[in-house]
Amino acid sequence: MAIIETKNLTIIFDMPNNTRITVVEDINLSLEEGEFVSILGPSGAGKSTLLRAIAGLIKPTHGEVLYRGELVEGVNPGISMVFQTAALFPWLTVLENVELGLKAKGTPPKERRERALKMIDLIGLDGFESAYPKELSGGMRQRVGFARALVVEPEVLLMDEPFSGLDVLTAENLRNDLLELWIEKRIPTKTILLITHSIEEAVYLSDRVIVLDKNPGRIKQEIYINIPHWRDRESEEFIRFVDRIYSIMMGKPITAKPGRPEKYGIPLPHVRVGAIAGFVELIAELEEKEDIYKIAGDLNMDLADIQPVIEACVLLKFIDTTGGDISVTKEGEIFAEADVLEKKEIFKKQILANVPFIQQIIQVLNNKSNHRMPVEFFIELLETKFSTSEAQAQMEIAIDWGRYAELFAYDEDSKEVYLEELLESEEV
Amino acid sequence: MVYRIVPPKRIKISIIDIGIILFLSAFIYGIISTAKDWGEIPVYALNISLSPVNLPYYAWLSVLRQFLAYLLSLGFSITYGYVASHNKRLEPIMISLLDILQSVPVLSFMPGVILGLMALFPYGRVGIELGSIVLIFTGQVWNMAFSVYSSMSSLPREFREASEIFNLTPLQRFLYVELPYSTIGLVWNSMMSVAGGWFFLMACEMFTLGERDFRLPGLGSYLQLAAIEGDTEAVLMGLATMIAIIVIIDQLVWRPLIAWSQKFKVELATEEIIPTSIVLTVIERSTLILKIGGVINTLMEKISAGFSRTTPRKSRGKSPFIFILRIIIIGILALILGYASIRLFLLISGIPVNKWGEIMINDLFTLFRVSIAVVLSILWTLPLGVFIGTNPRLSSVMQPLVQILASIPATAVFPIILMWLLSMRGGLSIASILLMLLGTQWYLLFNIIAGAMSIPADLKEAADVFQLKGVERWRKLIIPAVLPYLVTGGITATGGAWNASIVSEYVHFRGQILTVRGLGAMISSSADKGDISLLAGSTIVMIITVTLINRFFWRRLYWLAEEHYSL
Repeated sequence: MAIIETKNLTIIFDMPNNTRITVVEDINLSLEEGEFVSILGPSGAGKSTLLRAIAGLIKPTHGEVLYRGELVEGVNPGISMVFQTAALFPWLTVLENVELGLKAKGTPPKERRERALKMIDLIGLDGFESAYPKELSGGMRQRVGFARALVVEPEVLLMDEPFSGLDVLTAENLRNDLLELWIEKRIPTKTILLITHSIEEAVYLSDRVIVLDKNPGRIKQEIYINIPHWRDRESEEFIRFVDRIYSIMMGKPITAKPGRPEKYGIPLPHVRVGAIAGFVELIAELEEKEDIYKIAGDLNMDLADIQPVIEACVLLKFIDTTGGDISVTKEGEIFAEADVLEKKEIFKKQILANVPFIQQIIQVLNNKSNHRMPVEFFIELLETKFSTSEAQAQMEIAIDWGRYAELFAYDEDSKEVYLEELLESEEV
Repeated sequence: MVYRIVPPKRIKISIIDIGIILFLSAFIYGIISTAKDWGEIPVYALNISLSPVNLPYYAWLSVLRQFLAYLLSLGFSITYGYVASHNKRLEPIMISLLDILQSVPVLSFMPGVILGLMALFPYGRVGIELGSIVLIFTGQVWNMAFSVYSSMSSLPREFREASEIFNLTPLQRFLYVELPYSTIGLVWNSMMSVAGGWFFLMACEMFTLGERDFRLPGLGSYLQLAAIEGDTEAVLMGLATMIAIIVIIDQLVWRPLIAWSQKFKVELATEEIIPTSIVLTVIERSTLILKIGGVINTLMEKISAGFSRTTPRKSRGKSPFIFILRIIIIGILALILGYASIRLFLLISGIPVNKWGEIMINDLFTLFRVSIAVVLSILWTLPLGVFIGTNPRLSSVMQPLVQILASIPATAVFPIILMWLLSMRGGLSIASILLMLLGTQWYLLFNIIAGAMSIPADLKEAADVFQLKGVERWRKLIIPAVLPYLVTGGITATGGAWNASIVSEYVHFRGQILTVRGLGAMISSSADKGDISLLAGSTIVMIITVTLINRFFWRRLYWLAEEHYSL
């Protein structure tokens, strides 16, 4: 029997402006004994929300979470959790932090101390029992976070991006130490669920990777990683898995439900024009098709960071990413070579062809007699589909792109967008 | 360092506020009406000796009163803050209540509270002692309670989640998570509150109602008597003792507490200046203290272990019994509130219309004095505070000094000011404004220094690069950075100034009554004459005025500053 199971799990948040946002939708997953599972997804896919629903911290709107076949109400009794920021209590020493969970369980002081010390030792913090979290480095703090979660001997260990706040070497070190405890069964944990946005991390650690889609978060695909531990990152099969998952993540979103109006197209990636132009030039300079994953490495950037840039370039048809490889399109090549004014022209053309929302702005402005419109108007339109903050972000990006392409201008003081050329020609 | 409470972002008046005003009316009625039988209560006045030999004893008594009142405030504010942050239904009511209670002129209730308690405890000094403690308590508790509430309700999400995941019992959560998280704010506000507490202590150790003197042996009564008798030597001795006590408390209590509370800081980034205290270092090295600490720890654990949950919490079903009980309690409360509000209404409806006009005009007079005091304070503290705050070396010396100056109660110095100013024309009016000034300026200076210190170095450098000078520099850099802090100081300062008007516009001095026009004078004189309805009416007008000024002036200014200039 599965240790953890979710059935048709859907979480909808009510936002203050009376809109409702579906964060995750219809999630069915199960964690079996002995499994290390990763949930992978872009930011906004509701990974953390899903994890918190499994932990019992958030009540699902629809569907249910089961622990060993029993419905979870309140905090899930079988789990423990490691937080992204360790979430240690700064006023408690390392030992007191680790002991806290046992204290709550009512473990007698002597046994509690022994178990905590053993766990601190196991996780490699021997000698730091009486230190305060402030005195520790980030990596050591997260070790305390692991010790605190593991000392209560949970059947299920939930991890919310525990390595993402650490520098590369520290993270790698901690990953390997955790993996060692897990593979050698030195901890009684039966199954681990990891939330991450790093494909490589997921492939390196887990037996199964669940890829989430965003807006709303739905399971896109599950991939079993059948490479024995310890895995070699340079090996061909490892890279193949990474590439495959990458193209799954970058590929088209699963088909939208029928009836959902896609009036304004897919959301614009949060990327300014400068970044797009820079990236296209960079790709154009490459001699041949390049592996996306490798490019991130070469640029010394996290995939999660350049992903929106890539999305934007793909949206504007400057680059092409079929099959996990990246190459410039014909437009992209011209764009990269062009001078400033030509660049604006090309950008304008690509926007008009590919960004329905900006087309709509222009249409509205054309129809108005004074060719002006408060930004608020468009934001309200966007709010039918996005949260308030996302709507604002979308508008900002649209203004940035539109201004660059000289499609319209923006008046900061009156918070209005307007058609520049038309106004001028009329005045003349 | 400074701990700034963000005021609630509400500037409208809601139904809850009206409910609270009703509640408050009932409360006012209750207190003021206990003072009806003033004539029958025996006068209690101890002989105060001006011999300096008695000073240590008097000082000790004053400190003791202050300490007891503080303990009371501490207990109350933690309970209030805890309940307000945990009970979603009571939260809006309790917070609005705090908001309005902060604007209540405590000194208005002095006769009612003290006489009421004297009637309850007719023998010996108990009643009047309790009365003074209750008054200090009401003067200092509100901002402490607000600080506990705001800490507990802003507990970082991950702390909340961690305590849920590890299944901490409510008591464990309180002891190991919520209380530690509230400590820094609580220590900071305690310090501010106690400074304010001295103000009330000095006022209620010695006061006159009609023909009768009420005196408690203490530093405040010593100072007042010394001033009345014109004994300069005793005045100076008393003042020196006062300052010595404040410095000693600062060094022995607040500095160590502030240094200790740094342990509860959540930000893991290293701070530029970490508060230190030699006393704390000594305490931390003492084995005795360590032992005591150990005992407290085990005790805490034993207590919380007793409440440990062995089975996971189950959701409680709603029993109809509890529901009915709740309805009954609410019903009874509503009845009491309704009755008392009606009585209060009847009481103040006895005030003739022309009296109301007088109250309003007096209100304007006091408003005028308060405004002058606040404007004068701002005029001198703003440049000086900015100057100190932008010089790191100077501010590390000056900040503790200002903190001490702010603690010196204006009410203690007031008789001395009177002694010097009375011979002048309009002396009392000037003295009154001076008293308000004394009460207000230090808060402002203190907050402005903190605000100026908060200007990031890169902004200052940018201003240098762009050669922002003079007026432009003030408009573009300094004012925006300092404004939120100035408002925080201003709210405390104006509240204090209104309170000060009660003791400074109407004074018994050397056997005669000195008075100027003003709402404070009206409150004092009606208390003096036992005119309860006028006392109630003018008190209510003062509460409303202070609340309105806070909501429509200071708070609006605060959010304006936050939204436009937030760094």
